Amino acid sequence: MIDKDQVKNIAELARLKVKDEEVEKIAEDLSSILDYVAELNSLDVSSVEPTLHATSAKNVFRSDDEPDEQDHELAEKLLNLAPDNEDGYIKVKSILK
Amino acid sequence: MDILSASIRDVHKKLISKEISAVELSDVFMKSIEKKDGEVSAFVTHSFEEAKKQAEKIDEELKNGSGISMLSGIPAAIKDNILIDGIKATASSKMLESYIAPYDATVIKKLKAEGAVFLGKTNMDEFAMGSSTENSGFFKTKNPNDLERVPGGSSGGSAAAVAADECVFALGSDTGGSIRQPASFCGVVGLKPTYGAVSRYGVMAMASSLDQIGPLAKNVDDARIVFEATHGKDVKDATSVLYPKKLQEKRLKDMTIGVPKEYFVDGMDKETENKVRVAIKKMEEAGAKIEEISLPNTKHALSVYYIIMPAEVSSNMARYDGIKYGNSTMNRNHANDLLSVYLDSRSEGLGKEVQRRMMLGTYVLSAGYYDAYYKKAQQVRTKIVEDFKNAFEKVDIIVTPTTPTPAFKFGEKTNDPLSMYLADIFTVPINLAGVPAMSIPCGISEENNMPVGLQMIAPWFYEETLFKAGEDFEKL
Repeated sequence: MIDKDQVKNIAELARLKVKDEEVEKIAEDLSSILDYVAELNSLDVSSVEPTLHATSAKNVFRSDDEPDEQDHELAEKLLNLAPDNEDGYIKVKSILK
Repeated sequence: MDILSASIRDVHKKLISKEISAVELSDVFMKSIEKKDGEVSAFVTHSFEEAKKQAEKIDEELKNGSGISMLSGIPAAIKDNILIDGIKATASSKMLESYIAPYDATVIKKLKAEGAVFLGKTNMDEFAMGSSTENSGFFKTKNPNDLERVPGGSSGGSAAAVAADECVFALGSDTGGSIRQPASFCGVVGLKPTYGAVSRYGVMAMASSLDQIGPLAKNVDDARIVFEATHGKDVKDATSVLYPKKLQEKRLKDMTIGVPKEYFVDGMDKETENKVRVAIKKMEEAGAKIEEISLPNTKHALSVYYIIMPAEVSSNMARYDGIKYGNSTMNRNHANDLLSVYLDSRSEGLGKEVQRRMMLGTYVLSAGYYDAYYKKAQQVRTKIVEDFKNAFEKVDIIVTPTTPTPAFKFGEKTNDPLSMYLADIFTVPINLAGVPAMSIPCGISEENNMPVGLQMIAPWFYEETLFKAGEDFEKL
């Protein structure tokens, strides 16, 4: 159902690097799962509303408060988890040639 | 009475009567871990020093004569996808092998406020993806009942730690059965609360519309105490709700119990079916009214799950990019552009099953396939929700086997992902509907001496029904 080229394409979209020798096994595994779930095709649910979530909550807002000292401390800790940061920013490799 | 297997209430009594100090108590459990965990391998990280400090604080409070709460000084184990500030949190993935949690998850904050003592972090299937804990990026956890068998998963370390008396209780997370299935395999109680009852803040997201955190414990009352201490609305989790606690006056003997015919399928393990049938008979003899019911869309639940779950996984896993935290190839010489940092950091850090689900999710969400898979699955999900709504108009509670078989042996299902997925066939419908469910031991298989679990399912926010029915069942 899924061929090797599709696996390579999906891997690229998912930002994963798959080895050439693994592509076939991945295609098999994904195909067998997709074959299994294909049983849903026999159902006509075209008039049924989709369930996106198990609660009916919609648009949950919080007030837009100024961050307090604790928030700043946490932000600092989070920044320091990045492999590279400078002046409160996370640094990445250049994206423009 | 052996303190290692005692209930929370009994341990609490010993603490307030000064029969044992909190430091002594945590020491007893640390020794138990040192003695047994070489074999069981439930823990990925010990936090004994921190635990000792927590326990000393409780002893101080006891000495001062200030009252302590029910969970004060109680030694607990925490699944490794739940953050404890300052302690390693790996989700059993190489991706986070050296990641130190920068803050407390809301459930941890709540347990800390109650004075619970954390002994360490437990092993799991990588990022909670799996049903046997064989997908851990580090090592396998063994079932304390039979070391040749899996403890179940993904909260296998938490279930094994409770079953091996390496802690009083543990926290796990449940996306498609990851608390209830290992609880069933290891012979302990496991609760998946109603979706939204417990904050998910500080828990590594797997499938956000399905994930819930809950206790693994030695009895129903312990599960109740931990649930009551951890639930509640949290501004940091927009899907958490102000818990609309539903009162349940009825005891088990007055309840109408639904037994769905779709959960007793051809080819399921005979001894599992026997033990569950005997349990149902006992409840009937105690006075409960048994009614056969139908949840007709049960047969589609696993298909729906294996579309929705990987779809949500694929977007949640985007955060592990080698840029913000976790495994990164950025500072290595060969990394010369952003794309290679993404590709290399992810492929190196993430295991096969995780990558498989990310690819599956990417596929079902991709242009041209979205309606055929994702939207369709969400529509069938509505039908599954309706099944439960209809059933609960007639019955107070539904009982089923938790799993189609008891714990299987290592390697039995690792070659074929689909056969592993089938281990969750009775637990995934519950997450799709968002209702609460609890696995409770209901006997030992005479074929292989492994525990069998009974799953009790209640309507949304009727955890109280599960606790009352479960407590009464324990006494039968």
